[in-house]
Amino acid sequence: MEKIGIVGYGAYIPKFRIKAEAIAEVWGENADKIKAGLGLTEKSLPAKDEDTTTISVQAARNALLRAGIVGKKIGALYIGSESHPYAVKPTAATVADAIQAGFDTMAADTEFACKAGSAAIQMVAGLVKSEMIEYGMAIGSDTSQSSQGNALEYSAASGGAAFILGREKKEIIAELEKTLSFTSDTPDFWRRGLQETPEHAGRFTGEPAYMKHVLGATQMILSETNSKPSDFDYAVFHMPNGKFPLQAAKKLGFSTEQVKPGLVVSKIGNTYSGSSLLGLSSVLDIAKAGQKILVTSYGSGSGSDSFIFKTTKRLEEVQDKAKKTEDYVARKEYVGYSKYRQHMAMVV
Amino acid sequence: MFRSTPIIRWRKYQERYNLMGAKCEKCGKLHYPQPALCTCGSSKFIAHKFKGEGTLLSFTDIGSGPEAYAEHAPYCLGIIQLSEGPKITSQLSDCKLEDLKIGMQMIATFRKFYSSGEKGAIYYGTKFTPKW
Repeated sequence: MEKIGIVGYGAYIPKFRIKAEAIAEVWGENADKIKAGLGLTEKSLPAKDEDTTTISVQAARNALLRAGIVGKKIGALYIGSESHPYAVKPTAATVADAIQAGFDTMAADTEFACKAGSAAIQMVAGLVKSEMIEYGMAIGSDTSQSSQGNALEYSAASGGAAFILGREKKEIIAELEKTLSFTSDTPDFWRRGLQETPEHAGRFTGEPAYMKHVLGATQMILSETNSKPSDFDYAVFHMPNGKFPLQAAKKLGFSTEQVKPGLVVSKIGNTYSGSSLLGLSSVLDIAKAGQKILVTSYGSGSGSDSFIFKTTKRLEEVQDKAKKTEDYVARKEYVGYSKYRQHMAMVV
Repeated sequence: MFRSTPIIRWRKYQERYNLMGAKCEKCGKLHYPQPALCTCGSSKFIAHKFKGEGTLLSFTDIGSGPEAYAEHAPYCLGIIQLSEGPKITSQLSDCKLEDLKIGMQMIATFRKFYSSGEKGAIYYGTKFTPKW
């Protein structure tokens, strides 16, 4: 069967950051204890004029630069997020217009907590593989919400990544060798309609939720492809904090060295739907030809999507055609708690 | 409520999202936005997409903005000469007054302009930010 894969990718992370110390000071908490517990030191937040739509557009334009195609070639565009600016009016339609995808574009917003972006990749992969479209774009992007004073406030961050899939062999930078999902009804984290911030079930978000699904999907894809952890150069697991992905890796038999290149959470926080996809874009920024990458996302509610990619020579030709994930991570300006809340109030 | 109908802004989506301007079919002059008449007198234009790069000619900061932009204040505003020639007045994102210098290179970025209140539509478009 004809191979399909990623032909372009792009990241975007807003410039602003808040340190864990600035949040801990407001709530009278111990910043060192929190940083050690969560495995992160600071998080990204949007500018006053940024939201999921603007982040998606910037990431999409970077992906087009790497793919070397115009927006008109995109036949389908799906955007996964927990923070679509409208309850009813698609982010995807605005992004499609902003990349000049044209009227003949399939477009929709997806929602599955933090795995809505990886689910969008699977949807696009199906359309490309079945030859219904030539190229499709999937985006995972969020300006993540959290209640003030909640533990989530230290990690809920902003950013996103876009991936263009195609099937022209010479254009593919990372072949999609396999994808599958692991899904169950698990009440670990949710946000009811008309509520501004999510609720979560505390420690229940760990073993029966994140671990069960991340391990379940990863073990399933390893089994179905007769693969073992040592076959991979890189592994990316959804990053709700800096600890869960390392714990999942250890349980599965992956080394810290395989996971660290994609562990962007320690520098920018959890970008929800953008999290595992920014991990993948970080790895694609540095990977060489012929390397294997395993990606497993996690979305509360719950489910995990696993992917196996194998990079091609073409990857090294496109890595420098747009800003890299690390460029956005390094570009930063710190704000205090008041300004952070002011910025967040503009997107909720 | 600031201009509650979305239609007038919808007509400018491509101009604002993608810096779509116009090229005079008669003399070749580039315009942003498209005028009714070129300086040569012609009214015939073809669409032209500007690259989104330019030079900062002048700037200021706004401490108290008009109704639509009030919640964005304080913010910077600048005149940018696009690399293709036309000048554009734009809000400047991700920067403070002290970050700006006449002659510096600027690049386009896709940002939120404003929304018509809590229930109204959200409007997006191109702003500029110092090139990095």
